[in-house]
Amino acid sequence: MHRFANPKRFLRIAAVVLPWSTALTVALLGLGLYFALLASPADYQQGESVRIMYVHVPAAWMALFVYSCLAAASAVALIWKHPVADLVAKASAPIGACFTFIALATGSIWGKPMWGVWWVWDARLTSVLILFFFYMGHIALTSAFEDASRGERAAAILALVGFINIPVIKWSVDWWNTLHQPASMIRMDGPAIHTSMLAPLLIMAAAFTAYYVTVLILRLRGEILTRKIGALRMTRIQDRQEERTPHMKEV
Amino acid sequence: MTGFWLIVRRDVVMAWRQGGDGFMAIMFFLITVTLFPLSVGPESTILARIGAAVVWVAALLATLLSLERMFQSDFEDGSLDLMAITPLSLEAVVLAKCLANWLLTGAPLLLAAPVLAMMLHMDREGLAIFVTAMALGTPSLVFTGAIGAALTVGARRGGVLLTLLVLPLYIPVLIFGVGAVEAAVMGQPAQPHLLVLGGLLLGTLPLGLWASTAALRQALE
Amino acid sequence: MNDTKSPSRNAPKAPEAAGADRPPDNGGGLFTGRGLVCVRGGRTVFEGLDFTLKSGDALVLLGPNGSGKSSLLRIMAGLLKPGGGDLLWYGYAVTDDPESHHARQHYVGHLDGLKAAMTVSENLSFWTGLRMGEAPPPGLIRNALDTFGLDHLADFPARMLSAGQKRRLSLARVLASPADLWLLDEPAVALDRESVATLEQAIARHRRRGGMVVVATHSEIALSRAWPLYLDRFAPSSGLAELREDAATALGDGGHKSARASRQEAQP
Repeated sequence: MHRFANPKRFLRIAAVVLPWSTALTVALLGLGLYFALLASPADYQQGESVRIMYVHVPAAWMALFVYSCLAAASAVALIWKHPVADLVAKASAPIGACFTFIALATGSIWGKPMWGVWWVWDARLTSVLILFFFYMGHIALTSAFEDASRGERAAAILALVGFINIPVIKWSVDWWNTLHQPASMIRMDGPAIHTSMLAPLLIMAAAFTAYYVTVLILRLRGEILTRKIGALRMTRIQDRQEERTPHMKEV
Repeated sequence: MTGFWLIVRRDVVMAWRQGGDGFMAIMFFLITVTLFPLSVGPESTILARIGAAVVWVAALLATLLSLERMFQSDFEDGSLDLMAITPLSLEAVVLAKCLANWLLTGAPLLLAAPVLAMMLHMDREGLAIFVTAMALGTPSLVFTGAIGAALTVGARRGGVLLTLLVLPLYIPVLIFGVGAVEAAVMGQPAQPHLLVLGGLLLGTLPLGLWASTAALRQALE
Repeated sequence: MNDTKSPSRNAPKAPEAAGADRPPDNGGGLFTGRGLVCVRGGRTVFEGLDFTLKSGDALVLLGPNGSGKSSLLRIMAGLLKPGGGDLLWYGYAVTDDPESHHARQHYVGHLDGLKAAMTVSENLSFWTGLRMGEAPPPGLIRNALDTFGLDHLADFPARMLSAGQKRRLSLARVLASPADLWLLDEPAVALDRESVATLEQAIARHRRRGGMVVVATHSEIALSRAWPLYLDRFAPSSGLAELREDAATALGDGGHKSARASRQEAQP
């Protein structure tokens, strides 16, 4: 039963946190979209189409952030065998994959008017695409085995192997000549964007993070309850077998 | 003969006797490369342009084919259990199997590549760089592929899953391998590309061994 | 882990109900397990399992299918990490030096580890050589094959062997190189009476020389003065009631009602 001791505590914490994070998500999203779509200035070069940046950039940040959480959870799961850590990784993967997809899609939509092409094979885009493949691989691996825990452990190893990609993505615009814009946020001399654009970006990023937390809690809860139902069924099958054939126990 | 070489010899002898993996991988390689001139048309300019890329992609796919069986049959007949509890460390066992795999697929690819390069009308200058790049790249492919093979041992639809996991990991080798040849063909220095390939090899060796060993231990539990 | 050997510390602490019947421990157990826990597929198979083996001892694992006999052997071999507890050799944790532990044991599992395309003697040479770190002398291989009556098949490919012959080849591996600890998982499956007798004699010789044996078996292998270990006695008490409570708290009040309902339904 030691496997379920921590999830029980987690479920109690989750029940408290969930309504707050949901409220925070809705509020921040509303605020962020207001600023992004209405209250912030249009770009003098790109006009209104710059507003897609307020979805594209936070989504890209989340893609990296969620993968980092996933990798950290995988490391915890492998080293300390914490049962909830496995589930955090498993539940985060689809969320991260969606953020990556949104980043790629919005990037494409934004890129077409700016660069004239839907896609270009530069370092930043290629490495984010590879990140997407890693997410897909992680999801596929977790469900590829009869024994669920084997799939989770294999996926944990894959997550750690793929973590190399994260620094590559971050610095790809510095290391290679790319079409993509170089880093303007996390730089040595501070962000290079004006506050009127920076504020909505940060609000949207916070909104997406709150969204991640909310959905993660929901998925974790679902995962834990599924496990419990499975365990209940297993013990019920065992009980029934013992009731039916007590005399057939071999010695 | 130390335990390490016993494992290498066993894998090579087994593949030889079963007439399987190595030979089929080479045939697959040749056939795939032949498909391109047939579909693109025999104009030598186009073929020279894409020749390096075609041969590299075919090499990737041929390596993938051989990876499926790297650990699977040993897992199924209980050999992997026994190999995990020999005095030899599991990392050494994996290294031995990687070496055997390379001898069976990578080395023949190296030998076949010049022939194919000529079929695709590649330049002389490109050829030497090409073979060097393949010599540096194919071991990387084996080490990275071993990670996928170890992760998917005993999985449902293991073959397809293996491909899905391993191909993203192969992209860097592909990019720099083809980059090296194209640089040589266009008269630019190929050395940076070759150096990166060498770096990738030095990086994938420990990473591949660590991840494969960890994955195999999970598989045996 | 620096456990000094003293009779009182290594004395078995399991009460009568819990399992192996053994004489009072004279101390100095060489191979010990303390509080071992096995978790497979989310289910706790056994917990709190203790055993102590000295030179020349044999431990027989008994229990119904699913009680964890194979898992316990794999834990002893180092293939499976226990969910809890310690495995000690001379008081030192086995996990501190896994390679030495591998060097001192022979493990024979359900599967034989034989390659169909290699000959009988090639298969045996491979495993023996791997263990010894060098190619074994052919005389050693022939002797081991001879003991189990496989000498005449030495150059036949392994695919031509019957199930019983494959099993005997697996067991020949155990004779071809020395080891302190033999871990045998149902070794007598598919063996005829004569081969079982050969196995029993081999085990007896091994024990006389100070070796230890742990055997999981359904069939009858005669072992003199062997300690039985009933694994089903270490199965956790059915956690059904606890699980129902867990589910109830997780699902909230609605869950309570359904949990109560299912409790009533389960009672006859």
